[in-house]
Amino acid sequence: MAPLISVEDLTIGFGASAPVVDGVSFEIPEGRTLALVGESGSGKTLTCRSILRILPGAAQLRSGKVLLAPENKDLLKISDRDIRDIRGNLISMIFQEPMRSLSPLHGIGDQVSEVLCLHRDAGRRDAKRSVMDMFDRVGFADPERTYRSYPFELSGGMRQRAMIAMAMVARPRLLIADEPTTALDVTTQAQVLGLIKDLQRQTEMSVILVTHDLGVVANMADDVVVMNRGRVMEAGPAAKVLSTPGHGYTRRLIAAAPLIPEVAKPANASGVADPILEMKSLRKTYKLRAGGWRKATSVTACRDINLSLVRGQTLAIVGESGSGKSTCARIALGAEVPDEGSEVWFHGKGADPLPVHDLARTERLRFQRQAQMVFQDPYSSLSPRMRIGATLTEPLEIHGIGDKQTRKEIAAERLKWVGLHKDMLSRYPHAFSGGQRQRLSIARALTLDPQLLICDEPTSALDVSVQDQILDLLEGIRDRMGLSYLFISHDLAVVSRIADEVAVMRQGVIVEQAPPDTLFYDPQHPYTKALIAAQPEPDIARPIDLALVAQGAGAPSSWPEMFRFDGQSAPDLRETSPGHKVRCHA
Amino acid sequence: MSMQPDGRYIDNAPYDPAIDLSAIDREDMDASNARLVWRKFRRHRLGLISGVFLALCYIVLPFAGFIAPYTPNERSADFLYHPPQDIRFWHEGEFIGPYVYPTTAVADLENFRWSYDVDETRPMPLQFFCQGSTYSIAGFIPSNTHLVCAPVGATLFLWGSDRLGRDVFSRILYGAQLSLTVGLIGITVSFALGIFFGAIAGYFGGALDWTIQRAIEVLRSLPELPLWLALSAAVPSNWGPVAVFFIISIILGVLDWPGLARAVRAKFLALREEEFVRAAEMMGARPGRIIMRHMLPNFSSHLIASATLSIPAMILGETALSFLGLGLRAPAVSWGVMLNDAQNLASIEIYPWTAIPMLPIIVVVLAFNFLGDGLRDSLDPYKD
Repeated sequence: MAPLISVEDLTIGFGASAPVVDGVSFEIPEGRTLALVGESGSGKTLTCRSILRILPGAAQLRSGKVLLAPENKDLLKISDRDIRDIRGNLISMIFQEPMRSLSPLHGIGDQVSEVLCLHRDAGRRDAKRSVMDMFDRVGFADPERTYRSYPFELSGGMRQRAMIAMAMVARPRLLIADEPTTALDVTTQAQVLGLIKDLQRQTEMSVILVTHDLGVVANMADDVVVMNRGRVMEAGPAAKVLSTPGHGYTRRLIAAAPLIPEVAKPANASGVADPILEMKSLRKTYKLRAGGWRKATSVTACRDINLSLVRGQTLAIVGESGSGKSTCARIALGAEVPDEGSEVWFHGKGADPLPVHDLARTERLRFQRQAQMVFQDPYSSLSPRMRIGATLTEPLEIHGIGDKQTRKEIAAERLKWVGLHKDMLSRYPHAFSGGQRQRLSIARALTLDPQLLICDEPTSALDVSVQDQILDLLEGIRDRMGLSYLFISHDLAVVSRIADEVAVMRQGVIVEQAPPDTLFYDPQHPYTKALIAAQPEPDIARPIDLALVAQGAGAPSSWPEMFRFDGQSAPDLRETSPGHKVRCHA
Repeated sequence: MSMQPDGRYIDNAPYDPAIDLSAIDREDMDASNARLVWRKFRRHRLGLISGVFLALCYIVLPFAGFIAPYTPNERSADFLYHPPQDIRFWHEGEFIGPYVYPTTAVADLENFRWSYDVDETRPMPLQFFCQGSTYSIAGFIPSNTHLVCAPVGATLFLWGSDRLGRDVFSRILYGAQLSLTVGLIGITVSFALGIFFGAIAGYFGGALDWTIQRAIEVLRSLPELPLWLALSAAVPSNWGPVAVFFIISIILGVLDWPGLARAVRAKFLALREEEFVRAAEMMGARPGRIIMRHMLPNFSSHLIASATLSIPAMILGETALSFLGLGLRAPAVSWGVMLNDAQNLASIEIYPWTAIPMLPIIVVVLAFNFLGDGLRDSLDPYKD
């Protein structure tokens, strides 16, 4: 097959420093999907952007060619006018953030038809007809309504569909998708990937898929280019690269990819429980101020949450964005006050249980010493103006522990625990990578010797290989210090390795709760099944089962009779077998 | 580089899977925020030059008396409205160092004003490090040594003299002492109020926020100039120049804080969502500590930038008030007070040099704006 685009010896750098993309070459055959895989900083995004010449201003193209078949024009050399004719027409692009890539002031229909007006000189009516046809194909139930709606009316997944429609409406020969699903929930990701695949099959275009997720690669790609630090590590057919990786880096990436384990038998129901944290009939409603004279509306973030975290174990709450899982975590730490009637009890070691939301200042300080939090975004969780040393000694200072010297020693020791060197104490956080910062954030949470750690998606902003290391670290610390974790995540595969008990949340309620082994052995709720099915795994032989995803990921009112619920009237969470609870009608 | 038999490419450069966990990821970012900001600011040519210029201006302030050939209220009664004099170096093809020609006042009976005859035959060299009238360095060390004085029997009016025969150049130097510091004092007052109200509104939100917001709106809705006028008219006229000066700066500050409070509040609302602030809350830090230790340092640079951008407004405010005769009063000297003398259109036409105090105002205000711009551009060193 003739290559549609060949990239030859592409080198891009910033300023006087070493190139960030270094001698990259690859070819994209007509009608196939090429995946550019790599971690952040590998140069994969710069590489794919250079094809459309949309590099950041400071980037210098140092060498290389991008040849577009059939005339083999070098896209890096042609005039600005010519490249504008190609953008959106022959080659189009989908970006990572569906929330930011649509103009909030223009209707979806107008934005999408603009491409046709620019490149096809289409009249309004023709353009609208093609756009509606495209909307239909990307899976909008009511294209007419979508045409008229504005981006804020659509969910993330729907916006990404609109972006895809925009990219596809001019029937490009190449679609560049830059991490198109990274910002989406797992189930939505599966559906969007399925859509891209379908469209590709129908239109026979080529696709460059930029991703950090080998699971996505296995589901989508014909060919793979693995990049690391600006260089191509390995390239070849996806099946071969994934099954028999030839390069050490590829092997490491594959090993780090989280998997949902195959389970032979369910977990044994555990015996007596010694809980450290108990949440009883938790409920949180937010009042939305409507403004003006309209009545305030209220939104229930979570309700009917009964969870108990056993000392020394990990309880994971899994759910998509907006499922109420983070609200639960914040309530558990006392950062948010739940509705009347909710109870959260903390059982310190050898102390009376503390009602987390009814504490005097001194009791509260005592509770905070024992319960700490690890945050999601390693880039915003450390103050950029404080040296690492100051950040780590800050909690000790607040609680008045030790003198200056002891505090410093404790900080150095915690750094050692998380695998970092104590030289870091005098540095500032911005010199460090995301993984290192997450370690620092963990070290800070550990300075007060807590018993309970609440981890709010601690790995979801990290690269796969770094995620793997952080999970190792968290497991090691838990086992060594006898910590208990409340682990919030959207990723069942991550949870599967660290959790002792998993609660799956959807729309503010727990739909299924069981130890991970039981959950994976016998998932009962359609939503749990959808989550498991939607998990992309780096194994060509295990493609995503879209039918299962579609069934479970829909609205709760579309679930099978037994599980269906509508609005506030959900069925109860009942125990179907020991230790396995499912929200279903009897 | 190697192609495998199965059509696959594998990089054959040595690959070391071991990672040094403590290795610094971004060498270029391994410095304090101030250093990073400075690195970026250094490249902002205009801002840098303005910064150096302003620094020089402020360093010179305490020594204005030393540089000025005259003291501010020293009158040369024989030389009213004397035009600016040139300093020359060569006399009849011979280098004799800096000198001026002596002048004598002649009554111009046709136009009813003084004109000055220059005696070009007698070059009179300037005196350096000479004894002149007494002034005090930085306001408290008395001295009478001047950098340069007029030669005996001649005058040294670099930028001319005014209605009472006072040297405009010397008065501009002395005027800078008040005009440049009024901005600093005003900004201090404005910052104290703005940060305090902005911070509590932004951090606590709710009813407190609502009250402060409404108060700001009321303050902002008052017409500025009449309010200044009313407030300064309330200053008793028997107060000394220094007391008036302080009151004027405080009035300027009190009226300036709402804008800043809004900026601070907006920034606080954004910062409150940052995870390091939440982390501090979870550690049990009190609000005061969170605001002072975690939030303020993170936008101190924004504060500095907005301060540099609001000082010019203060300077212009003082000038406007004094120009209208409601700000500082003689014998105090400020640029506005000097311009007060230039209110008469006719006198500007005949004696254009009386409007010279406008120049330092323009230059200083521009310099502050350039500096502020430069600072604002380099505040976020983490971007790109």
